Amino acid sequence: MAIFVTPQTRILVQGITGDFGSRHAKLSLDYGTQLVAGVTPGKGGQVFEHNGHKVPVFDTVAEAARETGATVSVIFVPPPFAADAILESVDAALDLAVAITEGIPVNDMIKVKVGMAGKKTRLIGPNCPGLVTPGTGKDSHGGCRIGIAPGYIHKRGNVGVVSRSGTLTYEAVWQLTSRGIGQSTCVGIGGDPVNGTSHLDVLKMFNEDPETEAIIMIGEIGGDKEEEAAAWAKANCKKPIAAFIAGASAPAGRRMGHAGAIVSGGKGTAAAKIAAMKDAGIAVAPTPSAMAETLLKHWGK
Amino acid sequence: MNIHEYQARELFGKYGVATQPGCVASTPEEAEKVAVELGTKELIVKAQIHAGGRGKGTFKNGFKGGVHVCASPAEARDIAGKMLGQVLVTHQTGAEGKLVGKIFVGEAVEIARELYFAVLHDRATSGYTIIASTEGGVNIEEVAEHTPEKIVKVAVNPALGLQAYQSRNLATALGLRGPLINQAVKLFGNLFTLFVKCDCSMVEVNPLVVTKDGRLMALDAKFNFDDNALYRQPDVVAMRDKTEEDPREVAASEFNLNYIGLDGNIACLVNGAGLAMATMDIIQHYGGSPANFLDVGGGASKEQVTAAFKIILSDPHVRGILVNIFGGIMDCNVIANGIVAAAKEVSINIPLVVRLEGNNVAAGKATLAASGLALVSADSLDDAAQKVVAAVKNA
Repeated sequence: MAIFVTPQTRILVQGITGDFGSRHAKLSLDYGTQLVAGVTPGKGGQVFEHNGHKVPVFDTVAEAARETGATVSVIFVPPPFAADAILESVDAALDLAVAITEGIPVNDMIKVKVGMAGKKTRLIGPNCPGLVTPGTGKDSHGGCRIGIAPGYIHKRGNVGVVSRSGTLTYEAVWQLTSRGIGQSTCVGIGGDPVNGTSHLDVLKMFNEDPETEAIIMIGEIGGDKEEEAAAWAKANCKKPIAAFIAGASAPAGRRMGHAGAIVSGGKGTAAAKIAAMKDAGIAVAPTPSAMAETLLKHWGK
Repeated sequence: MNIHEYQARELFGKYGVATQPGCVASTPEEAEKVAVELGTKELIVKAQIHAGGRGKGTFKNGFKGGVHVCASPAEARDIAGKMLGQVLVTHQTGAEGKLVGKIFVGEAVEIARELYFAVLHDRATSGYTIIASTEGGVNIEEVAEHTPEKIVKVAVNPALGLQAYQSRNLATALGLRGPLINQAVKLFGNLFTLFVKCDCSMVEVNPLVVTKDGRLMALDAKFNFDDNALYRQPDVVAMRDKTEEDPREVAASEFNLNYIGLDGNIACLVNGAGLAMATMDIIQHYGGSPANFLDVGGGASKEQVTAAFKIILSDPHVRGILVNIFGGIMDCNVIANGIVAAAKEVSINIPLVVRLEGNNVAAGKATLAASGLALVSADSLDDAAQKVVAAVKNA
């Protein structure tokens, strides 16, 4: 069943005519994803063509959703306009909005969260690679690829992956696929301090998902969301979990690339997160190279 | 991004946050003029550098202390002469110290009480939090650890902003009564407005003081700004002082590279922030010491890779380099060509270990092998880290 999205899920792309958006829209179409609409204000009526695919472009999300039945939006809109784009998909009552955009001001995200309160739409991201539910074709073709992850590294299977970092997600997925182990869904929740979906939200869904048998959770320094997820897992999650926390060698008070990756006021250290994971019975990989291996051992495979 | 103390005071002035009267000066003559205009009995002269510990610092010319209290404009002029154009060394600057180009001359206020007040983004609530304490002028983290009951936290609803009653509650919790309550409501409210309008990520007023003559004012403050919002804060960007920053970090930012200098000797060049941190971690795991964090981003060009090599090689402590690329969408061969071009341009004469994985990796490895470069190829991140640590130990 996978989580959030299946290969049948219909997707629209906000910012489909921009460089970044069009490039990844094409890759998703090539992957076999049901990418059914694009939105670029002022370009409604145009058609986005790629390899025989003809994707209609609309001026607004509401129109795109109404005309095409899209239920999920992926957002490639530049930072100054991204908060508005997220709120537009929330107002259109989509099931899910996935914000890829990196560099949205924190104050804008705080506003977005106020605007989302009580609405049905779930937000993933921002500043995230998106999510992939792999397909069953060659190189996992035929799956649902939302965002910027490379499709071919995946394989359909039973491991759920959740991470704050893009390239570390790919690293984990590739380690699994190279060992012949497939994934149910891989979710990048993003590296910003104020975001839509937490590790805990995703863990709960993996726990409920019959297809997911084991989980890799990748965290990093900053905040206490990994600890929150670990505490919940200790009491509620019956599936084996392996984890890796990036940033053990990072100095305090310095932002390590992601806006959320900063140890401040003695909080958010890798050591505290690793201790919380171990306490919850989660197997912690000693190095980023050992994520799949650690899971397989813990899983008894 | 950080700003100077005098710039923080200018921001306070603009937003109506009460602060110590005074002004910045770049010459001894200006310092004297500011002092005369202030017309106060006692004056304070403070060297303007970003690093803390100024009061206990020493100038390289032997003059002691980056903060002085004095009694006359002539004396202020004299002290300014000993600070300006001189290098101040504090426990935060490192041995090389920081050149003092400006000083702040202000009224030396008589302090009755020192308090603490901060506004910050709160990721737990996706909103704003105010932290206040009766224990000002000291390290707040120690207060939080030893006497947490002396810390008051108030969550601010982002839809409403800071309400006056919340400021009154904070004021009374800080023991401010009588006319000080209204001063607090004004100061806290204006500070919160400043925080939001200027896209700060933290404003820490420490100490917030009550003077002996009954005034509440921000005596010293530390500002952090949200880097993501700088595009819409030209006035804040104008306050950036690049001479206060690591020159390698300044150079990196010009090429859209994300670089942070560290103390070790193994340089890293990685795509993606999480993988870059993890690469530092695995170097440390195998007994090495990372010289930097460097994320070249998702679509690094040949020019960016070349600039990245130049920056990491400008660190004299670097004894080896680890390149770790997971080319998801990015073609590994493009990166390989970038490495070859960069290596030819900057002549690398220390061990270089390259781990490429992902899209078109076979072509990338072939390019590196055919280049004749003296580099070590690695098959996994684990292999790469062990190889670079060993190469640096044996060099």
